[in-house]
Amino acid sequence: MTQILTPTPQRRKDASPRRRHPLAIDARSSGGLVAKIVSLGLVLALAVALTPTLVATANWAFLIMLWAVVAVVVAVYLTGRIVPAKYLLPGVLMLVLFLIYPIILTFQLSTTNYGDGTRSSKEAAVARIVGTSAVQVPDGAVYSLVVGTQGAITTGPFEMLLVDTATEQAYVGSEEEGLTELPADTVTVDAGQITAAEGYTILTRQEQNDLSGAGQPLDGFAVPVNDDTVIKAQGFQAIEMRTPLIYDEAADTITNVDTGVVYTAERAPSGDRSYFVDDAGQRLATQSWSENVGTFNFERIFSDQRITGPFLSILGWTLVFAVGSVGSTFALGLLLAVTLNDTRMRGQRAFRSFLIMPYAIPGFISLMVWAGFWNRDYGLVNDMLGTGIDWFGDATWAKVAVLLTNLWMGFPYMFLICTGALQSIPSDLKEAASIDGATGFGQFRRIVFPLLLVSTAPLLVSSFAFNFNNFNAIQLLTKGGPFSPDNPTAGGTDILISYTYRLAFGSGGSQIGFASAVSVLLFVLTGVLAAIQFRGTRKLEEMN
Amino acid sequence: MTSAPTPTAATVATTAVVKPSPRGRRRPPKGAPADRLTGARWWRTLSWRYLVGVVACIYAVIPILYIVSASLNPIGSVASTDLIPTVVSFANFEQLWNNPSRPFFRWALNTVVVALVVVVVQLIFSCFAAYAFSRFRFRGRRAGLLSLLLILMFPQILVTVALFQMFSIVGEVLPAFGLDTLPGYILIMLGGSLGQVYLIKGFFDTVPIELDEAAKIDGASHLQVFFRILLPLLQSILVISGLLVFVGVIGEFLLASIFLRSTDVKTIAVGMQGVLAADQSNNLGWFAAGSVVIAVPIILLFQYLQRYIVGGITAGAVKG
Repeated sequence: MTQILTPTPQRRKDASPRRRHPLAIDARSSGGLVAKIVSLGLVLALAVALTPTLVATANWAFLIMLWAVVAVVVAVYLTGRIVPAKYLLPGVLMLVLFLIYPIILTFQLSTTNYGDGTRSSKEAAVARIVGTSAVQVPDGAVYSLVVGTQGAITTGPFEMLLVDTATEQAYVGSEEEGLTELPADTVTVDAGQITAAEGYTILTRQEQNDLSGAGQPLDGFAVPVNDDTVIKAQGFQAIEMRTPLIYDEAADTITNVDTGVVYTAERAPSGDRSYFVDDAGQRLATQSWSENVGTFNFERIFSDQRITGPFLSILGWTLVFAVGSVGSTFALGLLLAVTLNDTRMRGQRAFRSFLIMPYAIPGFISLMVWAGFWNRDYGLVNDMLGTGIDWFGDATWAKVAVLLTNLWMGFPYMFLICTGALQSIPSDLKEAASIDGATGFGQFRRIVFPLLLVSTAPLLVSSFAFNFNNFNAIQLLTKGGPFSPDNPTAGGTDILISYTYRLAFGSGGSQIGFASAVSVLLFVLTGVLAAIQFRGTRKLEEMN
Repeated sequence: MTSAPTPTAATVATTAVVKPSPRGRRRPPKGAPADRLTGARWWRTLSWRYLVGVVACIYAVIPILYIVSASLNPIGSVASTDLIPTVVSFANFEQLWNNPSRPFFRWALNTVVVALVVVVVQLIFSCFAAYAFSRFRFRGRRAGLLSLLLILMFPQILVTVALFQMFSIVGEVLPAFGLDTLPGYILIMLGGSLGQVYLIKGFFDTVPIELDEAAKIDGASHLQVFFRILLPLLQSILVISGLLVFVGVIGEFLLASIFLRSTDVKTIAVGMQGVLAADQSNNLGWFAAGSVVIAVPIILLFQYLQRYIVGGITAGAVKG
């Protein structure tokens, strides 16, 4: 039946190169050469175009990766020595960039405490702690402020153009060189404010505002005056501010010079975050930062009572869910396949047309419709059964509902593969069995079923692996719920992948490092499944 | 569909490909007395099969019937929807067009674009790699096949967190490919570009290598052998795995829900889920109408290609 899809004209074309190949090949290879040069040129041009941005944003890892990719591409396609590599490279590149590299990144993240509240680097955290402690110097100078630049008005470098409101002296202040007086004949001061300065472009208030937003060049702009005083912008004024906190990089301590208290960076005794604390353990600030925490996330999964319990029950349910889904769908699919695979029946094709439908509908639609069916008050299930069960309100009923939904989702697939497998069992085997006196059921149990199991086993294992990480089935039905009041992060129908998702992207604050650690465990479990599949199937022996 | 090709090496190779051949089984030859059942015997052996079949079909179809019924229900709420529609109205379908806060067809277009790119690239890259694994002998080939098999066991959703981190940086450098962009989402989905290698390699292996050699003697390059000899033979399996990948991409929810947040770039799965989740009860009609629009073409395609799908998934093609 496949030959039907192989159109005849195509094959004629294949047969024809004999007649016209010399010219055809010439034309093709020179066209190919142009295409090759153009696409290699594009790759190179893209890399060259991206390099300045990568350098400016200090993304060294990406820069190295980019040029490594370029080098590999050029080496493979320009030298033309390794022919198989030419065919493998496109897919392998995609695989490496968007699957393997993220896997490595996941392992790396799993050893950090990265997440909400610990997103910034330590330097940024220290700067913020020191910065927020700054207060206006009593009787300190107040300046009127405009921002000017000798460079571009979007990227700077920027300087503060100041006029002391008491003395009317004009200054220029830069982050590197501090405060410098401006000779009166180089500036125009109008109403106490600089309106023009030689060599400077002055920003409008709008431009200054735009550049002062979080993360913009003027965010946190400070002009140092003394060791502990700086001039900072406050709206369209600048004031002299002083911080009593001095950060000592070598000792990794912050000292309050007024009180003499020394704060050291220490990991909180129970947790993955560090803070600056004094001798008595009092925190200087609630600000923490991202850092390497080694195996802490993994230890936490297996030693922290509040996490171990839910984690193990989620793991258990994940296994039950995967086994239950495969088992129930296979049982129903097999039953239907055996029942309907009788050549004497009419309308086999019609039956199959109906039974294939749940498989054809995109999964998210079915799942969301089913989610409505389980509603206690207006759901179709309670309606038809005449019951009043609060399906999603109770953990056990919710599990039953999830499994029953997944049965509907999955049985057509099993029906199809069982039908396929049944039809490929040679009929003389069955005939031989019936000559030997095997009855219908005996024949099925001794001959048909074992053969069927052999040919469907690989598909059953991959179906198990799929359900093991079947995020949609949980998220779109119950969102992992119901949740008990004492643990809002682990729900009654959560499987590991939906649990991970909530840890990383949930509304309760994201714990990326911890979520990555759970992902790593999922990798290990999936790897074990893969090993089982390797053994179970004969792919290894078949490979040649 | 019904051309009768002459048996050549090519067609022999492809017939080996799809296992079950229901054609011919469907209608047993007339006049085979053993297969003719009448009266009580028919009742005893076949009636229960029909009964089970009908019950199973009802079970399979009820949710679908419900969707159709809800889509035709002008009130569009959960409480007012029954399995059999009492009033028929196309108001919900009109709503698909003229509600700018839920641009259904924009989402559908986004989805089709993503799905087409992913299907085409995945099939091409997989074919290329399968060709290399099937037709060349090189160092590291076996190791490459094994590690590919292993790596593909890990679904991409396991690395969502890392992908999110990665693409927030990509977005700084190349805004067009960052978070919340379709090109970025497509790139992520292309991480699975080698997903069909095993399936296709299996099919390449069934094509006798003499065919390649004959073409090479005629002066064809390895690229020409690939495009002119092998690729045409693969059509049936490419159609099936393409269709299954396509439906898989349409149903992809996890990555899309994280990466696509703005209304304009959402795919159909994320967009429709958002609408229904916003008001589970009153948006049901709209959701059902959208579902019908999406599901009907796919169901028809599945019906049309039914026999090939059975062969395809038995050989190991997977939806999504």
